[in-house]
Amino acid sequence: MKYVFIIAGILLIVLSIAAGLIWVERRLLSVWQDRLGPNRVGPFGLGQVVADTIKLFFKEDWVPPFSDRPVFVLAPGILMITILLTFAVVPFGPDFYVFDSNIGILFFLGNSSLGVYSIVLGGWASNNKYSLIGAMRASAQMLTYEVFMGLSLMGVVMMADSFSFCKIVEAQKGGWFFIPQFIGFIVFFIAGIAETHRLPFDIPEAEGELIAGYHSEYSGMKFGMFFVGEYLGITLISALVSTLFFGGWLGPSFLPPVFWFLFKTFFFICVFILLRASLPRPRYDQLMELGWKILLPLSLLNLLVTGAILIFLK
Amino acid sequence: MDMFFYIAALVAIISTVMAISGRNAIHSLLYLILSLLAISVIFYLLNAPFIAALEVIIYAGAIMVLFIFVTMMLNIGLEREAEKKWLEPRMWIVPTILAAVLLVNLIFALKNVQTIPPDKEAILPKQVGISLFTTYLLGVEIAAILLMAGVIGAYHLGSQKKKVKHRFLEIK
Repeated sequence: MKYVFIIAGILLIVLSIAAGLIWVERRLLSVWQDRLGPNRVGPFGLGQVVADTIKLFFKEDWVPPFSDRPVFVLAPGILMITILLTFAVVPFGPDFYVFDSNIGILFFLGNSSLGVYSIVLGGWASNNKYSLIGAMRASAQMLTYEVFMGLSLMGVVMMADSFSFCKIVEAQKGGWFFIPQFIGFIVFFIAGIAETHRLPFDIPEAEGELIAGYHSEYSGMKFGMFFVGEYLGITLISALVSTLFFGGWLGPSFLPPVFWFLFKTFFFICVFILLRASLPRPRYDQLMELGWKILLPLSLLNLLVTGAILIFLK
Repeated sequence: MDMFFYIAALVAIISTVMAISGRNAIHSLLYLILSLLAISVIFYLLNAPFIAALEVIIYAGAIMVLFIFVTMMLNIGLEREAEKKWLEPRMWIVPTILAAVLLVNLIFALKNVQTIPPDKEAILPKQVGISLFTTYLLGVEIAAILLMAGVIGAYHLGSQKKKVKHRFLEIK
C-alpha cells in the first residue's frame, strides 16, 4: 500500500511540475525579454495551463493517411514511458523513492537511449521530408551526446563507489560532488540539454528551418505528449543534476529533505529556461564538433584524472 | 520467478519470428528491439543486472538506433517483388527441416547435461569490472584493438576532402 502512495505521489509531483512548467517557462522568458507574458487567465495567468490543456484535449487528433499508422501512434508513448520510468529510481527524499536499484544510473542511461526511438520513429512514420530530416538530426545528435553523458557520470560513480542513486546521495554528506566533479557536471549538463533537445540544441525541431521537425505532423494529445515529454525531460535532467552533483535531498534540517530536492531541481529548471532565453542555436556541424572534439575528450580526461586521484588517495 | 522467465522467453521468441518474417523493414527492426529487451529481462532474472542494463544501453539503445537510421535513409519501406519470392516454401522448407533436426539434437543433449543454477546473489557491476580487468584482460584488449581498427577505418573514410559547392561553406 505504501508503494501505491509513493508512486501516485511521484507521478502527481512530476506531472504537475511538467504541466506547470509551460506557464513557468512563458512567464520567465517574458521576464528576461522585458515583457509580461500570459497574465490574463486566473491569478498571475496560472489558469493558462488549464486552458492550454483543455485546448489540447479537444483538438482534432489527426493521423495523416500517408503515415505509418502503428508506429506513428506508438512514438509519443515511448517518450513518456521512458522518461516516467526513470523517475522510479530518482530519490525524492530519504524514504521517498519507488525502488533503489544497484544499477540506478545504468537504468537511467538505458531509458534515455530508448527515448531516442520516440523521436526517430515519430519523424520517420510521419512520412514527411521535414520530419525525416528532424528525425535524422535527432538520432545523430542524441547518439553523440549519449556517449559522453554516460562517461561524464562515471566519475561520480567512482567517488560514490556505487551505481545506486541513494548511495550516491549519501556519499555526498561530506561534500557535494560538483566541486571535485566540476568537469563531469558541465559535460553532463550540456549532454542533458542535447538529450532533451532543448534550445540551444533544439536542432531536431528547429522551427525556423524544419517547421517543428519530427513532430510537425502530430496534433491533439499526441503532440501534447511530445510537448509534455519535453518538459518531463527537463525536469528529469534537473532532478538528476541535483541528485548526482548537488547532494539531492541533503540540506539544512530546518526544512524537510523533499523540499531541498524540489528546490534544487527547480533551480536547474530555471537555468534551462534562462539558456533558452539567452543563447542562439548553433549550426548542426558545430554541434557535432563540440560533441566529438571537445566534450568527449574532456569527459575521458575527467574519468582518467578522477581514477588516478582516487587510487593515489587510497 | 520461473513464470517471468517463460513469459520473457515467449516474448523474445515471438518477436524474433516477427522480426524475420515481417514485410516492413522498420517494423522488423522494432520487433528485434523488443526481442533484445526481452532478453535483457531474462538476464535480469538470472541475477545479472549489469549485463541486462548493458544489453539495453548498447544493443537496444545504440546499435539498433544505427540500424534504424540507415534503414530510414535507404527509404526501403515495403517489400519489393523480389523479396516476396524469398518467403516461398521452396526457399525455407529445407533449412527448416535441418534446423528442426538440430533442435531435436539440442533438446536431447540438454537433457543429459547438468544445468548450472543461476547465482543466488546478484552479480554487481564491480564484480563484472574486476573479472574483466583481471581474468579476461586479454579479451578486453583484443576487443579494444578491434575497435581501434574501426576508428581508424572511419577516420580514413571521413578524411577525404569535402567538395564544397558554395563559397560561404568553404573552410579556409
